[in-house]
Amino acid sequence: MTFARTLPLGGIILLVAVALVTSPVRAADTEVKIDNFTFNPQQITIKADTTVVWTNGDDIPHMIASKTGIFKSKALDTDDKFSFTFATPGTYPYFCALHPHMTGTIVVEASEGK
Amino acid sequence: MTDHDDGASRRKVLECMTWVGTGVLWTISGGVPHSLGLIDQALAADAKGLTFLHISDSHIGFDKPANPNAKGTLEEAIERIKAIPTKPAFMIHTGDITHLSKESEFDDAEKIISQAKLDVHYVPGEHDIIDPDIKIYKDRYGRGTKGSGYYSFDANGVHFMGLVNVADLKGGGMGSLGDEQLEWIEDDLKGRSASTPIVVFAHIPLWTVYPQWGWGTEDSSRALAYMKRFGSVTVLNGHIHQVMQKVEGNVTFHTARSTAFPQPAPGSAPSAGPMKVPEDKLRTLLGTASVTFKPGQQRLAIIDTPLS
Repeated sequence: MTFARTLPLGGIILLVAVALVTSPVRAADTEVKIDNFTFNPQQITIKADTTVVWTNGDDIPHMIASKTGIFKSKALDTDDKFSFTFATPGTYPYFCALHPHMTGTIVVEASEGK
Repeated sequence: MTDHDDGASRRKVLECMTWVGTGVLWTISGGVPHSLGLIDQALAADAKGLTFLHISDSHIGFDKPANPNAKGTLEEAIERIKAIPTKPAFMIHTGDITHLSKESEFDDAEKIISQAKLDVHYVPGEHDIIDPDIKIYKDRYGRGTKGSGYYSFDANGVHFMGLVNVADLKGGGMGSLGDEQLEWIEDDLKGRSASTPIVVFAHIPLWTVYPQWGWGTEDSSRALAYMKRFGSVTVLNGHIHQVMQKVEGNVTFHTARSTAFPQPAPGSAPSAGPMKVPEDKLRTLLGTASVTFKPGQQRLAIIDTPLS
């Protein structure tokens, strides 16, 4: 028996649908919007294990880069997103690697129960 | 021929000019480039010496409202260049050839720019080195260059230096040349006669146009210090998509228009970025430039011989 052969078509569609619903965005995500060469909000405080999602609203690409090198996005064209999950409490300054005068900071606090 | 008026001639040059279309022709007199006005007028005069073209910021791949057809406007710029009666010696491109460093964008740019049938000396803009190892740019244009793509060459007695100030940028800063390149600049200029005209070209302006928008190069003063002893230094940049000029002592700074889209004047908008203008105004804000040196006038040597 092979899985593909015996799984009804409806089942495959259901699996795909579940994957779409569950994978991209979790409720705890925090948004940072890039508009007019500025990170909004420029500084945010989040709990550990929160995912930050940056979205580029400019007509020029931007590239999110940690000052300490722990994360770096690809070039984000208009409406592209980049996300990073911060597991460890601390202060994370970052900038745009293409326009380094653009800076922002993520402050990560210990989550409850940790 | 005297050298008494050199100081005066140095200062009276390079008033801001408005021009539309292909470019402005420059000449050297007293060691400083002078605008001769539009190309047609200039060609009517004696056009011996070295003429080269300066294009910048083609942003091939850009398709947003500020100019949905950046390929088309680059094609128009190249058509204008092809129509210049006296063939320029070569062309320099001060970066942002592409919008997103894609192979297909570099291919399209190459197809269009090569129609001019001129050698092209490139330096990268930040849009050209988005891929992690700057591989695509360096494979195409980086042969024989150092670091992220800087190099120098000579033409008609003029020393040209193509610099890279868009690589390895640090958070909170502006454009940057970096220590390695600065040492190379110092070394590259060593032993050259102070009367050698120097032309420096790089993507981001080498003077601080507007730090709030990152329009400047934070360590450019070190590079310019190495050029202090030269009587004629001309700095050609792009990045800000508008013409700006400034004369500071022996150094003339000039930025070229983009062929893709205009950007706002410093501080006149919430931020830099593509500026949407009425369709009939767009082409008045795009263009290229043409630079001519006329060593035949020989005043260059007089002003550039320092050292009493």
